Amino acid sequence: MSLVTTSGPTSPLVIDIENITKDYVMGEEIVHALRGVSLQIRSNEYLAIMGPSGSGKSTLMNMLGCLDTPSSGHYEFNGRDVSSMTDDDLASIRNREIGFVFQTFNLLPRADSLRNVELPLVYAGIDSETRRERAAHVLREVGLGDRLYHKPNELSGGQRQRVAIARALVNDPSIILADEPTGNLDSKTGDEIMTLFENLFQRGHTIILVTHEADIANHARRTVRLRDGLIESDDGGFGGIDNFPVEDPLAADAAVYQ
Amino acid sequence: MKRFLYELSESWKIAVAQMRSNKTRSTLTALGVVIGIVAVTLMGTAIGGIQVGFDKSMAIFGDDVLYVSQWPWKRVDDWWNFRDRKKIKTEYAEPINRIIAATPNSNLVIAVPTSSLLRSVKNDQSEVSNVLIRGTVSDYLITSTFDFKEGRFFNDVESRGGANVCVIGYDVADALFPAESPIEKSVLINGQPFRVVGVISRQGTFLGLFSLDSIVVMPLPAFQKYFSAKSDSDILVKVKDKTRLAEAKDELAGIMRRVRGLAPEKKDDFSINEQQALKSTLDPIKNSIAIAGLFITGLSLFVGAIGIMNITFVSVKERTREIGTRKALGARRRTILLQFLIESTSLCLLGGFIGLGFAYIMCTGIGHAFPSFPIQFSLGLVLVSMAVSILTGLFSGIAPAWSASRLDPVAALRYE
Repeated sequence: MSLVTTSGPTSPLVIDIENITKDYVMGEEIVHALRGVSLQIRSNEYLAIMGPSGSGKSTLMNMLGCLDTPSSGHYEFNGRDVSSMTDDDLASIRNREIGFVFQTFNLLPRADSLRNVELPLVYAGIDSETRRERAAHVLREVGLGDRLYHKPNELSGGQRQRVAIARALVNDPSIILADEPTGNLDSKTGDEIMTLFENLFQRGHTIILVTHEADIANHARRTVRLRDGLIESDDGGFGGIDNFPVEDPLAADAAVYQ
Repeated sequence: MKRFLYELSESWKIAVAQMRSNKTRSTLTALGVVIGIVAVTLMGTAIGGIQVGFDKSMAIFGDDVLYVSQWPWKRVDDWWNFRDRKKIKTEYAEPINRIIAATPNSNLVIAVPTSSLLRSVKNDQSEVSNVLIRGTVSDYLITSTFDFKEGRFFNDVESRGGANVCVIGYDVADALFPAESPIEKSVLINGQPFRVVGVISRQGTFLGLFSLDSIVVMPLPAFQKYFSAKSDSDILVKVKDKTRLAEAKDELAGIMRRVRGLAPEKKDDFSINEQQALKSTLDPIKNSIAIAGLFITGLSLFVGAIGIMNITFVSVKERTREIGTRKALGARRRTILLQFLIESTSLCLLGGFIGLGFAYIMCTGIGHAFPSFPIQFSLGLVLVSMAVSILTGLFSGIAPAWSASRLDPVAALRYE
């Protein structure tokens, strides 16, 4: 997690989606949630996926997060074809390559911060000493060094989301996938969380935000809008910190925000 | 492999945390298993007790002794064919022994006559009724398995001479000489004094039906002098090689036919019995008691298992989102399966331990209150009930755990 200096439009592709579709059967009807979406995301991008409900935003996020596989199309994650992977292979990709941040935090209620953050490392098969060490390290990084042994119900909403972010970071994933990360927080706490994301981005992380709030999306350097299962717009702005500030007015906004 | 161990310990921690946070629910659920295990364990101890008592009773007969008797030791449907059989006479022992001695490579060792009836035994203080009075020879020791609490068996000289000496069973000694040694004291049987030379150590009861310690053994000539009428006689024959019991039986039957002078076309008019015959009559009864008992008590354990299954299903339902989160963080199907299996199994094990504890207390209590009640609490039983608990846990956990492991992470994460 050193400062990234080699990013730019040539930085490696992390996500390469080609013409993927996703159909659901709901009762008698077939719902076309995604109708052919292509998207490329490079390392150290800060991207927001926006769209009204029913636009396919959540479906795309599930796809990106390897929680679901497409009905058709091609998905390569770090050069590996994930569209045809087994459940357990997908679990392994999620474990090592993707850090999830949920709107509702999704922490284990009876486990303290350390144990919550350790969880992905358990599934990665890392010994308990290293787990403790690394979990404590990332918790300190997100500013919770003094909350290691607190359980979620002893933490504020913002602190809980920080624990969740620490958990997302602990396996040093290729992307951080945040689904409405500020949706359950008041605006001040939400701002703090967005600052944290900004810091992570500055330190070289790849961040994908899924949101329907424009002012949250504004923190990203690139915005992809979905409507009716298709990409409506993609400002394509590559947000590697070297290119910063880009011509994107939204990004300029973010700079002001800092 | 390492990852599997970490997942295992993680699952164990979750299971413990889960039980702690749902104390009432866990207790109530485990209660079903507790009751089941108590029932099964108690039944197991009872069956074990019956088995031990049975084996002990059987051992009295010796597995290398044949009994030449008037009637067979098993149920016969054609009793009229046996009705007119002549009694066995103690005098047969002598010719049998002669033939055995004259037969090279005989599989028989020695024939010992016994003659028995029931009488009261008393001394100047008290009286015991329905005591088995048995007359035999000093060689009786060869065919029997008992030890002496004190004293000795009557010797050859006393045996042949028909001295008024006797060896008494534990119960008789206990009743007539509660505070002193019976050795060299006299007991009265039918008004005849007999000098006690030995006391047989405690033998217990035969299948809990009658005491094997209510016995007086005396030299055969003395017995015949005072009690010959109405007594029943058997010839006990010791076998050399008990693995060839069937051959020995044939040999003995041949000898008996010679002794009785039976024509070749005549059927045997005596029976040669052995422990095994008795066992094969009683075994099916014992086994069906065991099976019926275990089945009925097993049902209560099954009900307990259903309780665990139910609560595990509830737990899976309640924690659908947690399962989704775990899957998003990289938990594989196996991990989730393991987690819920361990939860249900640890609940069952907890119930099993508590149940075993209760069963142990109850066994000890029953053992103290009714010492004659056959109960056998063994390490094997502990291991078996632990294994049964684990199996119950796996059985009741497999369906919910399977359904949890198959959950679609997307749907699970969205579950409200």
